[in-house]
Amino acid sequence: MFLRAVVKFLVMAKILEKKLIRKPDVFSYELDAPRISRKAQPGQFVIIRLHEKGERIPISLADINPAEGTITLIVMAVGKTTTELSGFQTGDEILDLCGPLGMPTHIEKAGKVVLVGGGFGVAPLFPIARAFKAAGNSVTVVMGARSGDLLIYEQEMQQVSDRVLITTDDGSKGTKGIVTTALSREIAENGADLVMAVGPAIMMKSVSETTRPFGIKTVVSLNPIMVDGTGMCGGCRVSVGGAVKFACIDGPEFDGHAVDWELLMLRQKAYKKEEQESFEAWKQRHERMLSKERQPLCE
Amino acid sequence: MKKKPAPINPRKTPIPEQAPGIRRSNFEEVSLGYSEEQARQEAARCLNCKEPKCVTGCPVSVPIPAFIQAIKTGDFNKALAVIKSANLLPAVCGRVCPQESQCEMLCTLGKKFEPVGIGRMERFVADWAARNSAVEAPVPEASTGRSVAIVGSGPSGLACAYDLAKLGHRVTIFEALHEPGGVLVYGIPEFRLPKKIVAREIEVLKKMGVELVTNAVVGKLIEIDELMDKYDACFIGTGAGVPKFMGIEGENLTGVYSANEFLTRVNLMRAYDKEAFDTPIRRGERVAVIGGGNVAMDAARTALRLGARETIIVYRRSEAEMPARREEVHHAKEEGIIFELLATPVRILGENGQVVSLECLRMELGEPDASGRRRSLPKKGSEFRIPVDTVIVALGTNTNPLISRSAKDLAVNDYGYILADENTGKTNKAGVYAGGDIVTGSATVISALGAGRKAARAIHAAVSGKNDRSRGQTS
Repeated sequence: MFLRAVVKFLVMAKILEKKLIRKPDVFSYELDAPRISRKAQPGQFVIIRLHEKGERIPISLADINPAEGTITLIVMAVGKTTTELSGFQTGDEILDLCGPLGMPTHIEKAGKVVLVGGGFGVAPLFPIARAFKAAGNSVTVVMGARSGDLLIYEQEMQQVSDRVLITTDDGSKGTKGIVTTALSREIAENGADLVMAVGPAIMMKSVSETTRPFGIKTVVSLNPIMVDGTGMCGGCRVSVGGAVKFACIDGPEFDGHAVDWELLMLRQKAYKKEEQESFEAWKQRHERMLSKERQPLCE
Repeated sequence: MKKKPAPINPRKTPIPEQAPGIRRSNFEEVSLGYSEEQARQEAARCLNCKEPKCVTGCPVSVPIPAFIQAIKTGDFNKALAVIKSANLLPAVCGRVCPQESQCEMLCTLGKKFEPVGIGRMERFVADWAARNSAVEAPVPEASTGRSVAIVGSGPSGLACAYDLAKLGHRVTIFEALHEPGGVLVYGIPEFRLPKKIVAREIEVLKKMGVELVTNAVVGKLIEIDELMDKYDACFIGTGAGVPKFMGIEGENLTGVYSANEFLTRVNLMRAYDKEAFDTPIRRGERVAVIGGGNVAMDAARTALRLGARETIIVYRRSEAEMPARREEVHHAKEEGIIFELLATPVRILGENGQVVSLECLRMELGEPDASGRRRSLPKKGSEFRIPVDTVIVALGTNTNPLISRSAKDLAVNDYGYILADENTGKTNKAGVYAGGDIVTGSATVISALGAGRKAARAIHAAVSGKNDRSRGQTS
């Protein structure tokens, strides 16, 4: 019966498959979510709450499979909740799964589309790349990591794009450098009609600064702190073109050239003290990704 | 010789409360409620008017003198039945209704003395029933085979669900958050409305066979049209929307909250219990709350309980114009909340992204505006600063666009509120009804309850008249 199905599938979400994506702390979770999978579009997110005492955290959709009735999340264990999640195994259930939330990526035939992924951003770019490709665009993916063995989703991205450009800091794979190095070169050599960046704020900011002089439309997916995800609390407010927007209902995607990056990064740190451990780790991750002297994330 | 009746006590029977000095550092309920004796003593003050004015002041027309007479005779079960004939949530309304501007404002006794404590007695009856396990879920009538989807589990949705379920319709409530109750759970603090009271009411609905689906955001996961494919009718009671901000400098600094966010973190996410729960909250030392409504009082008193040394309410008019319940203002003062009246914020100053002070302008009162409240006008050059580390903006809400964006054919007004008939909740879309704050803008729990009930009546009439039943049976 319809109602039983709704109750069953909306209230608890079973982990159908948990996989280690990158040692030691990045996992993918394929969740049983038939109704969400039927509605979800690239660029949207869900909010999860692990248990009765857990917080609500937003996570981007890394894959949507309506045929199988599943969605996939890729999460790195950085803070309390994400580390706790990494202790969940295949067959375990997440107490609350709410979505799909946010506006979908505006998929259009733009021509040459360049998608830039940093860190986790690579995962949500997968369904976005697939949709742009299906819409008849030429899709180039730029993805970076400290070294070759830290790249995730490389093969998956190959499947849904025309080209994948890889950058590594140590030069162990692809071009030596960071994503904006490859992006600048790509723009100079082949041009771009649309650039989209998903990842840490500092990376999205750099991408936006890289494209600004060329006037290339640049879409970014913002990741502020959220509570309800339905517009009710205003905690995720961001400033875009001088206007206050709520990332949960107006976004999460906005014009990267109009975003007030300083404000976003400031507000992301609102609970620095309270979430010290998790936030320190998150910040280090940003630093590692962009600074010259990076330390190995894992061995 | 005729026996002279005992003189009427000019004052309301006082209600036992936690002492201000103690309650300001806990989240336990402030009022402890009447004892049977106190309730009967207060009931004795009622004049049992032939043409009771109090009833006309009640948005759902509770037969007030009748329930008070039942209290007088000690028949509390009867009192409950009388109240419940009109108001499904007496334990809630007895606590949160603005009685002084509704029933109690019109009380005949109130012309000379303090009015009868109607709210306190309503609350007593509900609590008495809960204590004596006299609350039983009504047995629904035989199934009609009709089904209704309700969007939102706040006051209007709960009331609508209750009435429809009682009439034998199959009811499903869709709630966006992980816990049902809407504003009763995320908005109103524990010390004013304990969560267990809301939970009790929800249990009653469940016993009546109402199905509750949490984490279901209508407009995202399910569209109104999809609900209409599967149900005979739909009621939208999604409540207040997105928080209003002032658009002043510094409003996005860390440490500036909407009251919705602040209260949701504390109430729904239990941030006050930081040892057990994961959701963080800023525990400000000096907190300014902007606004003069109940939500502002709730936020200020919550901040105080989280450990603020000083909490300041900043309101642009005077106390007389404050929309908050008198009792909440009184309680807030008792607890040591500071009132900075006739002041309006002009900017929030920060250092390193953190709030350090709130700059305000002095105001003076002018002519009454459209709402009848005196307009407040700024005095030039009267800027002053209040040093604070946290600012909470409690200035109401604008409409949430989630449903209207996804159901484009649903008629809304210029502000985005759903256009619905006042008496039936009927919208322009066939089978779709709406009520509560999403129709009227921010109002009260009791008026939302009333709207839910009116819609239930209209929905019942509409679906019962349906001859051919081609929908509602879903695979």
